[in-house]
Amino acid sequence: MELNLPIYLDNNATTPMDPRVLEAMLPYFVEKFGNAASRNHSFGWVAEEAVDYAREQVAKLINADAKEVIFTSGATEANNLAIKGVFEMYASKGNHIITATTEHKAVLDACKHVEKMGGQVTYLEVQPDGLIDLQQLESAITDKTILIAIMYGNNEIGVIQPVKEISAIARKHGVLFFTDATQAVGKVPVDVLADGIDLMSFSGHKMYGPKGVGVLYVRRKNPRVKVTAQMDGGGHERGMRSGTLNVTGIVGLGKACELCMNEMADEAERLSAMRDKLEKALLQIEEAYVNGNTDHRLPHTANISFKYVEGEGLMMGFNKNIALSSGSACTSASLEPSYVLKALGLGDDLAHSSLRFGLGRFTTEDQIDFTIDAITTTVLKLREMSPLWEMYKEGVDIDAIEWAHH
Amino acid sequence: MAYSDKVIDHYSNPKNVGTLDKSKSNVGTGLVGAPECGDVMRLQIEVDEESGLISDAKFKTFGCGSAIASSSLATEWLKGKTVDQALAIDNMDIVEELNLPPVKIHCSVLAEDAIKAAINDYRVKNGLTELAEVTAH
Ligand SMILES: Cc1ncc(COP(=O)(O)O)c(C=O)c1O
Ligand code: FES
Repeated sequence: MELNLPIYLDNNATTPMDPRVLEAMLPYFVEKFGNAASRNHSFGWVAEEAVDYAREQVAKLINADAKEVIFTSGATEANNLAIKGVFEMYASKGNHIITATTEHKAVLDACKHVEKMGGQVTYLEVQPDGLIDLQQLESAITDKTILIAIMYGNNEIGVIQPVKEISAIARKHGVLFFTDATQAVGKVPVDVLADGIDLMSFSGHKMYGPKGVGVLYVRRKNPRVKVTAQMDGGGHERGMRSGTLNVTGIVGLGKACELCMNEMADEAERLSAMRDKLEKALLQIEEAYVNGNTDHRLPHTANISFKYVEGEGLMMGFNKNIALSSGSACTSASLEPSYVLKALGLGDDLAHSSLRFGLGRFTTEDQIDFTIDAITTTVLKLREMSPLWEMYKEGVDIDAIEWAHH
Repeated sequence: MAYSDKVIDHYSNPKNVGTLDKSKSNVGTGLVGAPECGDVMRLQIEVDEESGLISDAKFKTFGCGSAIASSSLATEWLKGKTVDQALAIDNMDIVEELNLPPVKIHCSVLAEDAIKAAINDYRVKNGLTELAEVTAH
């Protein structure tokens, strides 16, 4: 088979849609265009039936009941609904939320919002491997705590948090547990019952489905969880999320879930083998380091720092052929390096030097081989150009230099 | 964001990568930026004492493609200039030549700072006064 260029290794940002998903969606654009809330005619019934079917497909993947699936516009909305919705709904019980510093912005910023509304938020620091400390979590709980919001798998480093242990602690203290599982659902087995999850968000476009559709799982039994709607309107989705349902998107998400259900086990095995091969080869390069825990990690993700070369400069060496992402500040609008990597205690220099690899369903072995070569060559070339590499090689203590900060 | 052809060209075939002997009295070395900021540039000039012209210039840069291109271009421009002429190089000249977008202007500023720092080092080594704060951007 011929090598396909450019190579897409940014599947944590978004995945391509599986053609089988597109096929499932197509009839619902023109032909079966009905509004799922139109109760009085066949156009509506057809749409409603499609949504019901998709809801089953989604529920099955996460071992939930279909009624517990609330469709949203994506994980950002689901995260907002979970956090703000619980904060409002459980105001009489308390106002304290516990989260972690490595969460996605949609969680952190929703928590900031809660703070503005008079809530209290504890941001747990993570350990150097990216895992939270369970004891620290438990001791952060107060009689005002209503919610623990800890993600399932991290989008930058792929680290999987001890979800079962977290939910056990939450249970013990009568606190709800919400997890942003956007990077985990469809990649690793996620079971809301076995994992003890009360609320959970995820998104179509991270699992080979369409963009603009996602889910908030809201538990209905033991305990029955409710969230206050964050948008006023027609009272769709059991009153928790108003708005005409995105039928095509939902159908696509349902199909995507079905495919993941059937193929996840093989896919995870295939991807983790390729990821490990990539990682092993790149760690042959001097002064290259993996970021985050490698035993508790999503199968398709690797985050590696190549000390003394800068991430954006590095990507420029191969970005005609390989698409991936860096924790470097130069690639971000804020000119700040990745806050997730900094939360692991990485110095800014290592954070600037990082690349994130996100393999996916359509990644091939040839592409991995090509990537290994291209990155190795570029790192070596840029180190020849790097004053820091030269100093390191000469034994100069770079940290002892007084740098003029801008 | 796409890079301009000129940035790509300098990045792919950088001019004057290397190191001059910083212990020589006619070599000036400027080291600017900081690893925490994601950019460090070292630029060196060698001045021909007879003609007063910059006979050689070298750089090494840790940074994005625009920073690498800016320093590569700077070394090209420095060669054959007098120290005074070199001082007149403005970061906006680099921005213009390389078509840098606004978010990459600081990479050119760094190159200008590196030139000035190298010249200062040369001046100090040769008993001349240091120029006023040059790295205060
Ligand atoms: C962990 C995590 N949460 C939330 C989101 C946001 O998802 P969406 O794009 O569906 O709003 C992302 C994707 O960037 C993510 O990786
Ligand atoms: S060195 Fe950071 S943007 Fe150029």
